[in-house]
Amino acid sequence: MSASPNTRQTLLRRRRGRANWIAPLLVLLIAIAIAYLVSYVVLEPSRQFLLPPPHQVIAVFFDPVTLGDIAVGLSRTALVAALGLAAAIVIGMAWAIAMSQARWIEDSLFPYAVILQCIPILALVPLIGFWFGYDLPARIVVCVMISLFPIVSNTLFGLRSTDPGQRDLFLLEKSSRWGRLWRLELPAAMPAVFAGLRIAAGLTIVGAIVGDFFFSRGTPGLGALISTYQSRLQSPQLFAAIIAASLLGVLVFFAFGWLGRRVVGHWYDF
Amino acid sequence: MSAPQHLPVGREAGYQDPDPGGATTERPRQPVLSFERAGLTFPTGTTALKDIDLEVLPGEFVTVVGPSGCGKSSLLRLASGLQTVTDGDVRAATEKIGYVFQDATLLPWRSVRRNVELLAEIAGVPAGERAQRAADAIDLVGLAGFEKHYPRALSGGMRMRVSLARSLVRDPQLFLFDEPFGALDEITRERLNDELSGIFALRRFTGLFITHSVAEAVYLGTRVIVMSGRPGTIRADIPIPESHPRDPDFRFSKEFAEITSQVAHHLREGHSA
Repeated sequence: MSASPNTRQTLLRRRRGRANWIAPLLVLLIAIAIAYLVSYVVLEPSRQFLLPPPHQVIAVFFDPVTLGDIAVGLSRTALVAALGLAAAIVIGMAWAIAMSQARWIEDSLFPYAVILQCIPILALVPLIGFWFGYDLPARIVVCVMISLFPIVSNTLFGLRSTDPGQRDLFLLEKSSRWGRLWRLELPAAMPAVFAGLRIAAGLTIVGAIVGDFFFSRGTPGLGALISTYQSRLQSPQLFAAIIAASLLGVLVFFAFGWLGRRVVGHWYDF
Repeated sequence: MSAPQHLPVGREAGYQDPDPGGATTERPRQPVLSFERAGLTFPTGTTALKDIDLEVLPGEFVTVVGPSGCGKSSLLRLASGLQTVTDGDVRAATEKIGYVFQDATLLPWRSVRRNVELLAEIAGVPAGERAQRAADAIDLVGLAGFEKHYPRALSGGMRMRVSLARSLVRDPQLFLFDEPFGALDEITRERLNDELSGIFALRRFTGLFITHSVAEAVYLGTRVIVMSGRPGTIRADIPIPESHPRDPDFRFSKEFAEITSQVAHHLREGHSA
C-alpha cells in the first residue's frame, strides 16, 4: 500500500535517467566534431598546437611516460585535496556546531565566515606560501580556505532546519543539549551537510591545483604538470592533464552524491 | 507533589475504576492537573487565556472544544510546562506527561521502531527494555509489521499512530493531545477515535484532549469543556456518563445527539458573545 508512491518515484527517475544519458552524449559528439573542424580546417598546421585533434590527446593517455607523470600528479593532487577537505570538514562543522549552540557565538563568528567567503582566496595564496612554506602544509591550507565556507554555511543551515514541534518534543523530555544535537540537529542537518560537501569537494581540487601554480616544493601535483606542459607547448599533454583533472572533479562530485544518498537517501531525496 | 497512589499504572492494569465507589479513602481525590485562575498574556500584549479554572481528576479524559485561536493549544503548553502562566497557577501532579502534537513530528531519518523508541532513549531507558516497550506500543496502535518503515512511506493516519505509540512508551500518567487528528479525513479520524478510546480504557491515563470537532470532543470525553476565544475562557463543562471503550454506535445514540447539540449551542453563544 505504501509502496506505490515510491515505485512511481523510481520509475520517474529511471525514465528521466535514460533521457539524461543520450542527449549529453550527442552534445559531446558534436563538440568533438567541432574540435576536429577547428584543428584541421580553421587552424594552420603551424598553429595546430592551440587545439590538438582529439585522437592525439587520447593517444597521450597510452603513452607510458606521460601517463605515468599524469598518474603521479593526479594521485598527489587527490591526496592534497583529500587532506584539505578532511581538515575543512572538521573545522567547518565544529565552527557551525559552535555557532548553533549560542547566539553570542554565532554573532561573534558568523561575520568571519562571510568575510572568508568574500576574500578572493587566490589573492591570499602567495601569502599562504610565505607563512606555511611552499610545500604540503601550504597546499592544504589553500584547500581548506577555499572549501570552508560551503561547509560552515550548509551545516549551520541544516542544524537550524528542525521544526518547532520536534524541538518541543526534546524540551518536554528534558533532553540534554548534546542529546538534542546528536539525536535531532545533526541528523536533520545531514542533507544540507552533504550538499555542502559536494560543493566543497569540487573546490578543494581547485585549491590543490592552484596551490601547485604557486608552490614549487615537494612532489608536484597536476597543477605543476599543467604549468610544465604549457611552458613546453606540449598541447596534447596539456589537454590530457586538464582532462585528468576534470575527471577527478567529476569523480569526486559523483562520489559525494553517492555517499549522500547512502547516508540520507532513505528519508531525503538527495 | 507526588503522584496519586491509587492510579493504576502499567500496561497490564486493564480497565479499572481508579477509585471504586470513591470510598477507599476519606480525602478527596487529588487532581492530576489543575488550573487556578490561570492566565497567559504574550509579550505582544495579546491575552490568550484568562481566568481559567479547571481540575482534571485521575482517570478523566477531558476534551476541550473551541473555535480556532481561542487559546486551546496554550492550555496544553501551560499544562506541559512548555510555557509558564503570567497569571494564576497551573499544577501537574506528575512528571510523566505525554504530549501528542498537531503534526506527528516524527524524525524522518528514523524507522517507525526507532521513532517509537526515541523518548525512552532520551530518558536513558536500557536498550532491551526500550525495544520491548516499543514493540508493545507499536502493537497497541496497530502498526505491527511496519516497524522498519520510514515515516515518508506512511499515511497521515499511520504517522499519527506512530506519534501516539512514541508517547505511550513513556507510560504517561497525564496525556495531552493537541488536535492530533485534525488533519485526517473523517473515516480515519473516527477509527483513530475508537482506538484511542480502547487504549484509554486499557492504560487508564488521565487525558486532556484539544479539538475543534464537537463530535470528536463528545465521543472521546468523559467531560467536555467548551471554550470561547479572545481571550480564551471556559464557557461550559459538560459531563458525559458513558464508559470507555466507547461503543462506535454511541455516535448514533439519542444521548450523543443531545450532548452534541448542547455543546454546539454553548459554542455558538460563546461565538456571538
